[in-house]
Amino acid sequence: MAELTYREAVRGALREEMLRDQRVILMGESITGYGGSYAVTKGLVEEFGPKRVMETPIAEAGIVGFAVGAAMGGLRPVAELMTVNFALLALDQIVNSAAKFHYMFGGQWSVPLVVRTVSGFGQLGPTHSQTFEGWFASVPGLKVVMPATPADAKGLLLAAIRDPDPVIFIEHSLLYSTKGQVPDDDGLEVPIGRAAVVREGDDITLVSYSRMLLQALHAAEVLEREDGVSCEVIDLRTLRPLDYPTMVRSVGRTHRLVVCGEDWRTGGFGASLLSELQDRSFDDLDAPIARVAMRDIPLPYSRRLEQVLIPGSQQIVDAVRRMS
Amino acid sequence: MPTNPKTNRTGSRPTSRRAVARQLPHGLTAQQCREMYHKMVQIRHFEDHAAEAYAQAKVGGFLHLYIGEEAVAVGAIAAAREDDHILGHYRDHGYALARGCDVQACMAELFGRETGICHGRGGSMHLADAKRHFWGGHAIVGSHIPIGAGMAYAMQYLEEPLVVLDFFGDGATGNGIFHEGLNMAALWNLPVVFICENNLYGMGATLAEESPVSDMMIKAEGYTMPAVQCDGMDVLSVYGAVQQAAEHCRSGKGPFFVEALTYRFRGHSMADPELYRDKEEVRRWRELDPIPRFGDFLVQHRISSQQELAQVNEEAEAEMLEAVRFADASPWPDPSTAARGVYANPIDPEAAQEALTLAADPAPAAS
Ligand SMILES: Cc1ncc(C[n+]2csc(CCOP(=O)(O)OP(=O)(O)O)c2C)c(N)n1
Ligand SMILES: [Mg+2]
Repeated sequence: MAELTYREAVRGALREEMLRDQRVILMGESITGYGGSYAVTKGLVEEFGPKRVMETPIAEAGIVGFAVGAAMGGLRPVAELMTVNFALLALDQIVNSAAKFHYMFGGQWSVPLVVRTVSGFGQLGPTHSQTFEGWFASVPGLKVVMPATPADAKGLLLAAIRDPDPVIFIEHSLLYSTKGQVPDDDGLEVPIGRAAVVREGDDITLVSYSRMLLQALHAAEVLEREDGVSCEVIDLRTLRPLDYPTMVRSVGRTHRLVVCGEDWRTGGFGASLLSELQDRSFDDLDAPIARVAMRDIPLPYSRRLEQVLIPGSQQIVDAVRRMS
Repeated sequence: MPTNPKTNRTGSRPTSRRAVARQLPHGLTAQQCREMYHKMVQIRHFEDHAAEAYAQAKVGGFLHLYIGEEAVAVGAIAAAREDDHILGHYRDHGYALARGCDVQACMAELFGRETGICHGRGGSMHLADAKRHFWGGHAIVGSHIPIGAGMAYAMQYLEEPLVVLDFFGDGATGNGIFHEGLNMAALWNLPVVFICENNLYGMGATLAEESPVSDMMIKAEGYTMPAVQCDGMDVLSVYGAVQQAAEHCRSGKGPFFVEALTYRFRGHSMADPELYRDKEEVRRWRELDPIPRFGDFLVQHRISSQQELAQVNEEAEAEMLEAVRFADASPWPDPSTAARGVYANPIDPEAAQEALTLAADPAPAAS
């Protein structure tokens, strides 16, 4: 075990897999000299050269289309889209190319592509403060991964690069500097499609992912201390395919559930998760499923407004208290 | 204003077959010429039967016919190596047949049958045959332009001497993805031949309505990409242009742009009432029909006789009748297989029995 930041863990996975597999290439905007807008790829062009770490024009659709073609030609591209807000320009290539080819062409080839991108906020204003994991997770043919811890960031990225299908790998800007223990073993994967029970509890289940895992853990501590409520905290880690059995098992014991996310309330990822769980766990539930989500407002710049709008541990605590 | 393609005929009258062979343009052999004629005729008959099957509601959805444009796919693909990569747009039957894909499997795909080349999952707009390096039929206009550049990058990276032929229409050049793709291909010196089929229309939009320039090759200039225009109604002209382009790419000199001046004789798709062009224009272009035109060339150069050409037509007709019969008799896909193939590596969380419990990470909670 070594203590690494989330950023170092992502970089470590890229580096290890590039050393192991010559077919792995990186491409993205300002990922060479600049080191990536969140400094994830710093040092990699010096180590692997510009053929394997490609500085690209500012052309998100072109980058993903190009990466799809490179994957079809035998490479293992990892394309970085600076933030998920800019990934919107590449939606067509992600949805109509990457996600479709294996199925649509009768299984003749697959697209082993990873698109790395970043969610988050921090006084960036409405165009730069969004989360769209629900959109990606609604597309059959994609796998969608959102790690919360350094260990998962590394292990899931290794799994994503080795996977023959297109994987959307969404990092979180507010997690890059968080630290955690990461196994030393080279190349140890964390399986895609498996949630983790990060904290065991008896009274209520908090389902979370990415930054919201930290918020849920914090809320669980507060509720334990102040209310004597024991929360079980689940980290989904993969949003598609989604590990319902782990959630269903947990709700079978706790009979209460709060779904926590940073996405918009209307049509966000949590909405479809909630609807499916209502279906699967109705008989186990003692109360309606509660949801913590972003209000349906573009996230404004002002610190004062941001503070009250971004969902965090307080909203989770409030949601749990309303249920009991 | 429609551009008139230059006619590119050779008027010579050679006296013996041996003398002829030496005079064929672009180093072509008589046999290669016969094959190109055969392919164009196959495509024409395939399309006629596809249209008929559509009228009988045996083919559904959107059907875009390549009739009139056969010389482009056939000339271009004949000029490439047989393992060079091909991508094209949704008007894709011509690419498939020119590359030698199984005619029956292509027809069965239009019929939506399990025996289709994509098992009925793609349909007319999404034919593909990976083992022949035909990577599809792409129905989002322009989307396959950067994909072709990416494949070319893989060839360069893996040091494989293959080039990519990437076909699209004049309409695609108005889309941002066209420019992103050309920019990257030129920036990284990639072995890709961009082949623009300028047929004067993007669905119902005329060239004048969709583009500030009528010559699409001008758009390659900003990317410092060499470009040529060829007569898309003349298979030899297309062959010569793409031969030059592919050689350029294969020798490491970067991408090349070929503009083929062509015309679709039929509507954009079967649903097109063709209100945007007049019949006289269509009639004039039909006089340039690439098939009889190349047939005349073959006869003049004594490569084939009129009887031989007639026989090629008869055989193609019989082949397509058989393909329709095959498609019609083929089984439908089994509905129980509908979910198969969404992933190459399906992961089923339902199958994982035990819960994964991790130690709580000591990471501090933010805010
Ligand atoms: C991105 C996108 N926009 C619109 C369409 C609908 N559409 C299909 S074909 C077409 C015209 C394309 O014209 P062109 O590129 O010249 O090709 P042609 O059909 O003439 O061969 C349009 C607008 C589409 N398929 N994709
Ligand atoms: Mg056109």
